[in-house]
Amino acid sequence: MRESLRFYLGDELREIRDVDPTLTVLDWLRLDQRRTGTKEGCAEGDCGACTVVVGRLDSDGALRYEAVNACIRFLATLDGCQLLTVEHLRGPDGALHPAQQAMVDCHGSQCGFCTPGFVLSLFALYLNEDRPGSERINDALAGNLCRCTGYEPIVQAARRMYELGDRAADRFADRAATAARLAALADADCLSVGAAGRRFLAPATADQFADLYAANPDATIVAGATDVGLWVTKFQRVLATVLYTGRVQELRRVVDRGDALEIGAGVTYRDAAAPIAALYPDFGELIRRIGAEQVRNVGTIGGNIANGSPIGDSPPALIALGASIRLRRGSERRVLPLEDFFLAYGQQDRRPGEFVEAILLPKPQPGERFRAYKIAKRFDQDISAVCGAFRLRLDADGRVADLRAAFGGMAGTPKRASGTEAALIGLPWTEANVRAAMTALRGDFTPLSDWRASAAYRSEVAANLLLKLYVETTDPDADTRLVGDRRLAHA
Amino acid sequence: MPDAALPVPTISAIDGAVHSPRPHESAHKHVSGEAVYIDDIAEPAGLLHVALGLSAKAHARVTALDLSRVRAAPGVAVVVTAADVPGVNDIGYMGKGDEPLFASDLVQHVGQPLFAVAAHTRDQARRAAALADVTYEDLPAILTIAAARDGERTLVTAPMTLTVGDSAAALAEAPRRLDGRLAVGGQEHFYLESQIALAIPGEDEEVLVHVSTQHPTEVQHIVAHILHVPNGAVTVEVRRMGGGFGGKETQANLFAACAALIAKKTGRAAKLRPDRDDDFQITGKRHDFEIDYAVGFTDEGLVTGVEMLFAARAGYAADLSGPVTDRALFHADNCYHYPAARLESLPLKTNTVSNTAFRGFGGPQGMVAAERVIDEIAFALGADPLTIRKRNFYGVEDRNLTPYHQIVADNIIPELVAELEADCGYWERRAAIRAHNARSRILKKGLALTPVKFGISFTATHYNQAGALVHVYTDGSVQVNHGGTEMGQGLHTKVAQIVAEEFQIDIAQVRPTATTTGKVPNTSATAASSGTDLNGKAAQNAARAIKERLAAFAAERWGVAADAVVFAPGRIQAGDQSMSFPELVRAAYMARVQLSATGFYKTPKIHWDRAAGRGTPFFYYAYGAACSEVTVDTLTGEYVVDRVDILHDCGRSLNPAIDKGQIEGGFVQGMGWLTMEELWWDGQGRLRTHAPSTYKIPACGDRPRVFNVRLLDNAPNREDSVFRSKAVGEPPFMLGMSVLHALSDAVASVADHRFCPQLDAPATPERVLATIGRLRARAAGV
Repeated sequence: MRESLRFYLGDELREIRDVDPTLTVLDWLRLDQRRTGTKEGCAEGDCGACTVVVGRLDSDGALRYEAVNACIRFLATLDGCQLLTVEHLRGPDGALHPAQQAMVDCHGSQCGFCTPGFVLSLFALYLNEDRPGSERINDALAGNLCRCTGYEPIVQAARRMYELGDRAADRFADRAATAARLAALADADCLSVGAAGRRFLAPATADQFADLYAANPDATIVAGATDVGLWVTKFQRVLATVLYTGRVQELRRVVDRGDALEIGAGVTYRDAAAPIAALYPDFGELIRRIGAEQVRNVGTIGGNIANGSPIGDSPPALIALGASIRLRRGSERRVLPLEDFFLAYGQQDRRPGEFVEAILLPKPQPGERFRAYKIAKRFDQDISAVCGAFRLRLDADGRVADLRAAFGGMAGTPKRASGTEAALIGLPWTEANVRAAMTALRGDFTPLSDWRASAAYRSEVAANLLLKLYVETTDPDADTRLVGDRRLAHA
Repeated sequence: MPDAALPVPTISAIDGAVHSPRPHESAHKHVSGEAVYIDDIAEPAGLLHVALGLSAKAHARVTALDLSRVRAAPGVAVVVTAADVPGVNDIGYMGKGDEPLFASDLVQHVGQPLFAVAAHTRDQARRAAALADVTYEDLPAILTIAAARDGERTLVTAPMTLTVGDSAAALAEAPRRLDGRLAVGGQEHFYLESQIALAIPGEDEEVLVHVSTQHPTEVQHIVAHILHVPNGAVTVEVRRMGGGFGGKETQANLFAACAALIAKKTGRAAKLRPDRDDDFQITGKRHDFEIDYAVGFTDEGLVTGVEMLFAARAGYAADLSGPVTDRALFHADNCYHYPAARLESLPLKTNTVSNTAFRGFGGPQGMVAAERVIDEIAFALGADPLTIRKRNFYGVEDRNLTPYHQIVADNIIPELVAELEADCGYWERRAAIRAHNARSRILKKGLALTPVKFGISFTATHYNQAGALVHVYTDGSVQVNHGGTEMGQGLHTKVAQIVAEEFQIDIAQVRPTATTTGKVPNTSATAASSGTDLNGKAAQNAARAIKERLAAFAAERWGVAADAVVFAPGRIQAGDQSMSFPELVRAAYMARVQLSATGFYKTPKIHWDRAAGRGTPFFYYAYGAACSEVTVDTLTGEYVVDRVDILHDCGRSLNPAIDKGQIEGGFVQGMGWLTMEELWWDGQGRLRTHAPSTYKIPACGDRPRVFNVRLLDNAPNREDSVFRSKAVGEPPFMLGMSVLHALSDAVASVADHRFCPQLDAPATPERVLATIGRLRARAAGV
């Protein structure tokens, strides 16, 4: 056990022994360090005013810089990382960084309160990508809200910064030295820090993790903390023991198992997106619309499953695709279909001390088509009113050989529309049959009304998504998509 | 260069002259995190953090308030309730006594503060606040406009009626008549910096309050009132806000008063910054309205008479609901001439948070009604809505009397709209969209061009005054202070430009300083788009006073006439003498010339008789128009804004970059109000969209994909405003209406434009889909 937390604040090594396990990075910066450039807008990871950049070594040992929300990230999760805040950006001579100067030149700030967060998102973009296109800029900025500018000048700044600076000569471009310093912090010891009898445990291997959780089944498992963070900031929950997945490299890998992709439970959305999109392009598009950059950089598919939310966006897609999960307790493992994991609202088939170790995503079979649709009030950084996912295979005669349809937001758990599936399997894939199945779909679910949508809207849209699937799979000329890559509609 | 598209009139060689696209004076500090907001101020030793205890009930008697567990919680220093208020327990600006700082025996909305607790840390205070044991006895709660108007119709303040002509007769005689009802939602300000106040106790009765407010003087009065001390004992200061939008015009009072109360009670500094969710619950929002309308019109679509009733959800107290609902009536004509009209307001009391100012201040709701009426006429006649809009525009020489009996004397809307209509290719695109919709089964496009005319001045005439204080130091550097507050709108930048222009010195020499009641007293709220008009003029007058003294001095010293002393860029010419500004200033100082001056300004010409419903409440009007094109998914109701073209009137813009920012930002905020932003209360009166996770403002990707914004050229204000500029804070907000009408147009296409969609706001995907369903059913004769 290592009993001190170690990370770099800029170039400065910080070693902290006593730390509240759920102290957020933002509160540490603002309250403890009085580094007040980073702002609190919402304390729930939805506005991006607190955006900071975290450098970490990925599973290949490469240094990666990611924009994250400081307000819901626990300080202790920075172990082995480098933290960069707005105060680090000015050059040694006081000159503004290109990401900052571009914002000045383009009139990208008005009240200025969201600005440090935007600057850090721009900074991360500048470090990682050269001259991205408009859609990519939108994605990179989707997690930062601005109430003053209407965004146009900020998007201009995202282009302008590349004209102001030489990326190769950027102070932060030489990653080798930082990577070496972070590598020197890495060890195989379990980190155990805490205060007032509460602990933050960050094991370095899967075996350590399994043993610790079996021994501490009441511990709260935390990966990206994009949900658990809110338990702390909004509900003032006191977590006695936090068990962090982030240092366990085995949980952060995506492995090709031949007929399936094994996605470690600690793999972030960001890391899962490309391998998943390679198999199922529309699943990639769905992931693009989960949270925003700052959330996808830390949030995990494993967490999205394990927290059992009825409105998580990855479960409907995974269920439609027949994915399984592997659960582990100690050295004991079992595999079960994902749909069987969700028992009822707030209840999953997970025993004390047992955790989700990996997701097993089958590879596509010939002739299969997959579509996923996320319906919300806003395209980016919103929670679904309805999320529908479909895997369809037609036989040579144009009949439905197989259909799996799964929905989020329609019941207490992510759930298959079994009546709808049954109504179509074996029948010709025609509009008349689809319309009949849309009626069947209304029998599959009794959704609730809430602030995201009424029950009536949910039912109508869920049914309409089946029609959208039909149009996309039968009419290659139909425009059906408002956002994302329009070609996915007819892929 | 980003500003290449902006007109950059250069009339002088100084850096930062008026009419130049100068960056925001704090831009370099915004981007580096060095701009200090109130939560960033170095904390005084012993600071206490305050949290509020809130009502869980919409309407109830409080039969017991047991705070013993709160007091016993770790770190707690003090707990205060209504009983601890030494002065009057009222934070309402009107002094009606209807808005207690702390409720005592009666709570009237969920989230109403009952008490405050101060502790050593913010976390301790918030945890302690959750420990209160409150016993309630429920009372019937009125939660919606419908419930309020159907019940006893309690009003929070006196309603207003505007009449012109005989509307009843006009409706009776009209060749055609239509009646309807429009619902338009409220809006949360979502300033990125939540409410916050930091109070530092002083000697005797004194207290200094740093507070994020648009109205320091009102905060001063309220704090004095709560503490029962003279106004002069209270100093209120704000350097900048992280956004205001009207949400910090009166809503900061509560936080400032509470912090000041605890500071004076404990002798320690006290800071109150609510969590975002609490901010949503405690503070008022834009009023939602239900508007009944009847319009009479000719077969050509010319309006002959209008009657409208504006029922607004005021919430539990008056706050600004009176002037807000008044302004709804003032703008119920938008750009259209109503030969006869009767417009009435109904500010209804409900058991919800007391609604307040928000950019446009009721004007947007009035204009939405006007545009609905025009749409109704267009659909009834099978005409393009733009044709009907243009037909009903105010005339220039005639047809120019408003329902409040002011003559529209500066009407430029016909030519402004004609210019935009041509520039954006309205009619060509109209045809292209029809063709698109004929061939696209699922995605339908819509197009709409809507105008804006917005009256500039506070309708409370006495608010139209401002003061400023300019100091010139002996090195030639200048400080300017004025009564306006900086919330991101660039007011301090514009005022600094004005002062630089007057002295003909580079703007780097002019430092705007924090707004404080200690320097400029008796100020008006920075609101009604008037910040620059009023404070810019006051600062100009102060600078001119000093300039006159300097000129008189130079004339005497160098033996020339005072009017022969010329302030040229960076130089002063006095006959043959030429000197720099610092040289002149130093010489003047040595000759004992006063180098500091106050300035004052009051808007001329305006007057308003509310009881009679007659007067000239507005100094001038600002105009603009927007054309929006959208695409709607008819299976889900989702939509995107494909393209927006805006032509907006800023008079002779003081700063085209800042004004463009106001136009773009106002447009997107207005669009958000009418589309995705939805306030949703449950049956117990709890706001369930209480944070950005549930309340969705437009994000980066929601902005128009093509966004062409242009300032109207060669359009100096016809009135003597500061450098002939026009106010720009609020008017562009209402350009967002074009998105609602473009959505309506797209929706109408599903029934071949036979029926007016009557698309209410917010037009969330759900409401769009429901409207599509309604139109399809109607078209099918169901």
